[in-house]
Amino acid sequence: MRANKVLDGNTAVSEAVRQLDPDVVMAYPSAPGAPMLERLAMDIANGSLDTELVNMESPQSAISGCIGASAAGGRVFSSASSQELAQMHEMLFIASSLRLPIVIGIADRALSAPINYYADHSDAMAERDCGWIQLFCESPQEAYDNIIQAYKISEHQDVKTPVMVAMDGWITSHTMENVSIEEPSEITDFMGKRIPTYSLLNSTKPLTIGSFSSPNYYFEHKLNQFQGMENSRKIIREVGKEFGDRFGRYYGYFETYKLDDAEYGIIIMSSAAGTAKEAIDRLRSRGEKVGLLKLRVFRPFPFQEIQERLLGLKAIAIFDRNIVPGSQGGPLYNEIRSAMYFCEDNLRPKIFPYIFGLGGRELNLSDIDNTIKEIKEKTEKVESENGFHFVNVRYRQVNNE
Amino acid sequence: MSHEAWNELKPGTIIEDPGSASNHFTGHYRKGLKPEFNELNCIHCFFCWVFCPENAIMTEAEKISGINYDYCKGCGICANECPVENKPKPLIMIKEVI
Repeated sequence: MRANKVLDGNTAVSEAVRQLDPDVVMAYPSAPGAPMLERLAMDIANGSLDTELVNMESPQSAISGCIGASAAGGRVFSSASSQELAQMHEMLFIASSLRLPIVIGIADRALSAPINYYADHSDAMAERDCGWIQLFCESPQEAYDNIIQAYKISEHQDVKTPVMVAMDGWITSHTMENVSIEEPSEITDFMGKRIPTYSLLNSTKPLTIGSFSSPNYYFEHKLNQFQGMENSRKIIREVGKEFGDRFGRYYGYFETYKLDDAEYGIIIMSSAAGTAKEAIDRLRSRGEKVGLLKLRVFRPFPFQEIQERLLGLKAIAIFDRNIVPGSQGGPLYNEIRSAMYFCEDNLRPKIFPYIFGLGGRELNLSDIDNTIKEIKEKTEKVESENGFHFVNVRYRQVNNE
Repeated sequence: MSHEAWNELKPGTIIEDPGSASNHFTGHYRKGLKPEFNELNCIHCFFCWVFCPENAIMTEAEKISGINYDYCKGCGICANECPVENKPKPLIMIKEVI
């Protein structure tokens, strides 16, 4: 029986992990994702979960432990946020190039300095080049669904690439919402057991992984890893469809909201999409033709599908929740603008970079109203698209005369 | 030997064949010096054999028999460790024309 429960994002993740019965959980709990691991520890303590939970002394050790356990053939889970994810950095590359199925849950939080405890995407976006598949969640329900799909994608024979499932810290990780928890036997049936192609613990068939590779081989190994990520494009879609057929909630690379007949579009990830949908409803009631594209899969980046979907719009505003000093725009902006490069000139929308919500700064409905107004004006006046736009931030003109 | 293309490699940098490092010939690392072995003066103490980082000292019937230049990197540790005194050393580093 499907159970409808009121859960926060962290609990939804730990529910999903519990149903998938991992062999090993490596724990270095870090706010705001700590409750994922705490709840799993509780389940193990009260006997409802038969899993090895290891308390590690650092995030780097936690992910190293995941690498070892996954290479031994186990299903593994860990969690990290902000500084802790940054501390995992070098091991993330190793996990992905060793083609190990690992899933980590992330409750996105700003990076220091200044020390901040609240949501933005600095931590996950800083890891976008390390070869992991990245799924972003809007709600606790999506967090639950994405974790289950993440294991299925990650363990697929053609993919074998680790996945990070990111939701916004506090906003999603600690806010209670209705979540449909599927029947455990259904989930087991959907997932199956992990069938590892090798195990480091098999003494009858010894092998070496991650050894030295000379210039004669390194490049080939990297392309082999690259292919795993490319294969995942197809598998992510297949798994999303299979999940939908079975449980009724379909997933693709992105979700669109009232975008079909829209003239102006907003592109946003994670929890802020909820605000954007409400703002779009209000704008629509005033007759504005506005739509939303909420990106779910940032790596592999679905450039072709995004290009097809955005063709013909007049202008789009791309909302990045992290700032990259010295760049032309946030990572999402750069990816999408580069995806739109090959469009016909007259079909290509104007593309405007917006930075919002750093360190937990709120995004208001009025901010989205203003954005739409701004991009409309600029498009009509054929103004330059260049230059950052910062949403909801203080700036005062100082007169120095 | 022929080297695998990227699509022929097993995913995840797996090596199923133990000791495959011996397929990688390190002899080309030598830059100008190589050890020369003279069996006449050798006391067969095996110091060079123990210290050689590449396992490039060859043995035969429990005696040192020579140097495998396919793997010798020319580091000179063997000649440095050779304890022979009062007679010409069995291991000396000589210039190598490349």
